Amino acid sequence: MTEFDIGVIIDSLPFLWQGLMLSFSLTFLAIIGGIVFGTILALMRVSGLPLLSISAAAYTNLLRSVPLILVIFWFYFLVPLIIGEAIGSYYSALIAFIIFESAYYAEIIRAGIHSVDKEQTSAAKASGLNYWQIQRFVVLPQAFRNMIPILLTQAIILFQDTSLVFVVSLRDFMTTASIVAKTEGRLVEMYTFAALVYFIICFAGSLCVRRLQKRITV
Amino acid sequence: MISLEGVSKKFGDFRVLNQCSTTVERGEVVVICGPSGSGKSTLIKCINGLEPVDQGTIIVSGSDVTDPVTNLTRLRSRIGMVFQHFELYPHMSVLDNICLAQEKVLKRNRRESVEKAEFLLTRVGLADQIRKYPRQLSGGQQQRVAIARALATDPVAMLFDEPTSALDPEMINEVLDVMIELANEGMTMIVVTHEMGFARRVANRVVFMDQGSILEDRPTEEFFNQPQTERAQDFLSRILPH
Repeated sequence: MTEFDIGVIIDSLPFLWQGLMLSFSLTFLAIIGGIVFGTILALMRVSGLPLLSISAAAYTNLLRSVPLILVIFWFYFLVPLIIGEAIGSYYSALIAFIIFESAYYAEIIRAGIHSVDKEQTSAAKASGLNYWQIQRFVVLPQAFRNMIPILLTQAIILFQDTSLVFVVSLRDFMTTASIVAKTEGRLVEMYTFAALVYFIICFAGSLCVRRLQKRITV
Repeated sequence: MISLEGVSKKFGDFRVLNQCSTTVERGEVVVICGPSGSGKSTLIKCINGLEPVDQGTIIVSGSDVTDPVTNLTRLRSRIGMVFQHFELYPHMSVLDNICLAQEKVLKRNRRESVEKAEFLLTRVGLADQIRKYPRQLSGGQQQRVAIARALATDPVAMLFDEPTSALDPEMINEVLDVMIELANEGMTMIVVTHEMGFARRVANRVVFMDQGSILEDRPTEEFFNQPQTERAQDFLSRILPH
C-alpha cells in the first residue's frame, strides 16, 4: 500500500452513483411496501378476529426469526420455481425486502395503534363510525404521528441492510465500491469512502429522527 | 324511548351491574349518581353498546341494542355521547371533528356538514374557534365542542358520562349552561354526574346506584327530600354543600 489515492474514488464516482441509486430505490420501495403490508398485518393482529390475528402473528414471528439474507436467497430461487420464469434479481430482492420488512413494520405499527387512547375509539364508535372508518380516520393518523421517529429509524436500518443484495449479484452501493476496490487494488480508499458515505447518510437520518422526536413530544 | 330490563354485567368475578332496570321517556332528563365504582359509567356505556352486557335487554327507540342482528353503527349515530375527557380527535380541527360522522356516517356533503357545524358551534358559543385544534382550547371549550360534535348527527337522545369531572371548577358552569339549554329544548338526556345543583335544576328523575345496583329511581324532588335508602342518604349528606 502506498499513499491514499483520491483519484480512484473520483474516477469511479459515476459507477458508485449507480450503485447508490439502486440502494436508494430498494430502500424507498421496500419502505412503502413494508408500511402498506405492515399496516394490513397490524390491523389483522388487532382486529380481535382469531383467524386473522393468529395468521398475522404467525407471519410476523416467522419472518422475525430468520435472517434477512436467507429470505433474499430464498426468494431468488423460489420465485422462478413458482411462476415458471426468472424475474431478475432486482425484483426478487425487492419482494424479499418487502416481505421481511413488513413483519418489522407490523410490530411497530401495532405498538403505534396501542399508543392511541382507547377512549378515542369509543368516541368514534359512539358517533356511528364503523371499524374501518375508525381505523382510517381516527386511530391510524394518530398512530402514525406517534410512530414517525421509529419508522425513520427502521428506514435507516433498512438502508444499511440493502448491502446484503450482493448475494444475488445486485450492484448496490456497497457492491460497486467493492468491485472498484478489487479491480483497482484500492481496498483502503474504497472501503473508507463507502463507510463515510453510509455514515453521512445514516447520521443525517438519525439527526432528523432526533429533531422530529423533539417536535412531537412538545 | 330508552328502556333497560334486568341488565347485568361482570368483569371476571366482579359484578359491575346487577339487574339494572329503568326507562327514560322522550324529553326526559335523568341523572345517574352514586359513589365512584358503582357502575354508573358502565351502565351508560351499555346503552349505545360500547360495553356489551351479559344479561338483560336494552331497547333504544324500538331497537334492541343487545340483539346481535341490530345495526349498532346506525343506532349509535342516533344517540349522542359526551365523555369525561372530551375525546376530541387531536389531529383534526374543531370543524373536522364535528363534520367527520356527518360525512362518513350520514353521508352529508361537505357544505351541509360545515353549515351544521357552524350552527352548532354558534349554539355552544364557540363560532370563532372553528379553525382551531383541540389542544388550543380550554377544557370547558373542548367539552362544548364535544357536545356540538355529539349533536351533529341529530341524535334523538344524549348520553353524558361525567361531562364536568375533568374540568377546572371555573369551567364547569359554561358546560352545564349548554346542557341546561339542551334540556330546556326538550332533548332526552341521561347524565352521569356529581353536579347535584344541575340535577336539581333540570333532572326529571334521579337514579342512584351503588355496587352495580340501582337503589333509587324517583322524581328529583323526592330523591333529594326523602331518599329512601340509607346509602343514598349517606351519599347525599357527603356530596351536598354544608
